[in-house]
Amino acid sequence: MRKLLVRGGHVVDPATRTDEPLDLLIVDGVVAETGLGISVGEDARIVDAEGSVVTPGLVDMHVHLREPGREDEETIESGSRAAAHGGVTAVAAMPNTEPAIDSASWVEFVRTHESPIEVYPIAAITKGREGRNLTEMAELAGAGAVAFSDDGSPVANSCVMRRALEYSAMVERPIISHSEDLDLSGSGVMNEGLASTLAGLRPIPAAAEEVAVARDIILAGMTGARLHIAHVSTAGSVELVRRAKSDGIAVTCETCPHYFTLTDDDVRSYDTNLRVSPPLRTASDVAAIKVGLADGTIDAIASDHAPHSLEEKQVEFDAAPPGMIGLETLLPLTLTQLVQPGTVTLERAIELLSTDPASILGIEHGSLAPGALADVTIFDTDWAWEISESWFLSKSRNSPFTGRTVRGRVTHTISRGEIVFEETAFDAGHARGKGEREPDELPLRI
Amino acid sequence: MRWTGRHLLGLEGVTREELLEVLDTAAKFREILDRPVKKVPTLRGVTIANLFFEPSTRTRMSFELAEKRLSADTVSFSTTTSSVKKGETLRDTARNIEAMMVDMVVLRHGSPGAPHFLSQHIDASVINAGDGAHEHPTQALLDLFTMRERLGELDGKSVTIVGDILHSRVAKSDVYGLRALGADVTICGPTTFLPAEIERLGVTVTTDIHEATHDADVVNILRIQRERQEGGFLPSLREYTALFGIDAERVARMRPDVVIMHPGPINRGVELTPDVADSGRSVILEQVTNGVAVRMAIMFLISRVRAAERAEELELLEVEL
Repeated sequence: MRKLLVRGGHVVDPATRTDEPLDLLIVDGVVAETGLGISVGEDARIVDAEGSVVTPGLVDMHVHLREPGREDEETIESGSRAAAHGGVTAVAAMPNTEPAIDSASWVEFVRTHESPIEVYPIAAITKGREGRNLTEMAELAGAGAVAFSDDGSPVANSCVMRRALEYSAMVERPIISHSEDLDLSGSGVMNEGLASTLAGLRPIPAAAEEVAVARDIILAGMTGARLHIAHVSTAGSVELVRRAKSDGIAVTCETCPHYFTLTDDDVRSYDTNLRVSPPLRTASDVAAIKVGLADGTIDAIASDHAPHSLEEKQVEFDAAPPGMIGLETLLPLTLTQLVQPGTVTLERAIELLSTDPASILGIEHGSLAPGALADVTIFDTDWAWEISESWFLSKSRNSPFTGRTVRGRVTHTISRGEIVFEETAFDAGHARGKGEREPDELPLRI
Repeated sequence: MRWTGRHLLGLEGVTREELLEVLDTAAKFREILDRPVKKVPTLRGVTIANLFFEPSTRTRMSFELAEKRLSADTVSFSTTTSSVKKGETLRDTARNIEAMMVDMVVLRHGSPGAPHFLSQHIDASVINAGDGAHEHPTQALLDLFTMRERLGELDGKSVTIVGDILHSRVAKSDVYGLRALGADVTICGPTTFLPAEIERLGVTVTTDIHEATHDADVVNILRIQRERQEGGFLPSLREYTALFGIDAERVARMRPDVVIMHPGPINRGVELTPDVADSGRSVILEQVTNGVAVRMAIMFLISRVRAAERAEELELLEVEL
């Protein structure tokens, strides 16, 4: 029997509605019990979590691990280490690799790949992600695909999308839609508005997203299938999803930290790390996203971790590929931008980062109930620190958050009872009451 | 306030005082252009690279002439981005420039923000000679210079810009400059050519050409690219000309002393008829002459900033020694 005791932490687990100081005992990779003053023998390993928050391991339902095809930018292994570094114990990997994840053998390749955390494959909706012929969804689901998506190349043909929704309902997996009308986006590279006018960069209207969100919701209503909308970024999309939910349509959605942290005005710096798809929107969109996160319209926060090489990003803005890395900044940005200002409670944040994405994907994560998989994230909510380029474990460095001061840092990540990440700087200098802690009053750059 | 910029990336944020210094300096250089020997030793020993990643005739010639008249050493490079892999070229070029100890780079590029990008990667001063649909500051400076020459100070003067505002780098630089100098600006064009929220730059927006022009001191007409029709922005050039083209009949309904401008090259018969372009109301060729003077002025002012920086460094060095 392998025992691990997480002692003295403040356990926040939305699944069991726990929000109190408790010890957590893990035996053989499974949560054995939570309680006060659990005692263990000499054989148990003990993690001192006093003053820290202990939550179910985070679930990032939207990442790009680039393998197969672009192993120079990220691999399943490097991406998993970055995930563990960010407190993430389960990721769903998008199929826009080279080749696309559209066959059972590629699904198995991703599913069975050695990694410190759980990597769940999302398979393509259509063969080659070409938007024409459906993949063999039943076989792919059997091989381990947790959802279907043609992410980045949205299914333009509404009839194909209808069939995809109908068929996926039969195999009981959600369709994850990167909802975008590519004709409306055209060759645009940033949000349409005052900022695009000033920057002179080709614009993408909010309508390019909203038209497609509306279509997908209507088709989901018609087919009764489960639809999950990826990276919602506009006020209009939030409102469409809100209305669809109140109409009883089986729709869920996610947003990403950059959509509640940055605006299109930031893009005027021409920093290519700010080129993302969908593009960064206006301050009023950011406000609407925050309302959606608080009122339950938005179900999950995902990173849309999209590694790109320096060569690809160190170019003119409109020549750079869209995407930023995000696995490692997911939690600190959520804490800094949403929890600390009081937009959402810590419990709600953990729902968004763990419980709800796990339930959307139907995976066994997001709970610390006895008998649950022992995936645990431990973090210090008060630790203010500056994100530096060398801190990232991802193979790529394309983060616009480098140099930003955030508050909240992962100290331990436990996957199936094993410690897969442990902050060494934590022991060295930041331990409560002994080291030279960063002052809590450190001004936050928001 | 004296000009303190070590680059000229755009006119956004440039103050009235800075603009007036550039224009007053340009006036002095303008006099030199009328002398029999049109050359001064002002930039002797200064090396300037002209990098044109987009086809351009008049802007490049104007810069080259301005540099020669200031006695700078120059090197020019022209290419189209289609012939070389985009991006890599600009970064590699930047490194080469560093290695060649160039003092100033004049950059024309199709990507908005390219001069910004370059300025972050090299020590040389960067002068934006037009970047995509972002800015074209020296064109705006020569427009301002020409207007001021004709009208005196621009406070309260009304200037109308007609045409494809959406794809125009000139329109935005003009708006920044004109607003800073206190002019009232009206933007006029078909709705598909009006960029989002342009009115927030403090301009009046209309699609009615008569309303836009009948009381204007200046009508600045932008070039209509023929490919816009294929891009779906216009049903036809014919309809554009019918709605927005400036011909003698429309000029007759404007103020008798209206100044007609065009940044060139003109699509004669599309946005402007030849009789108007060549009429006494038109200052199009004066704009070209003045372009050399304002470019001389901006290069002089930037080199003065660089010289001051060097002097400061030298002083610091002396203190350390």
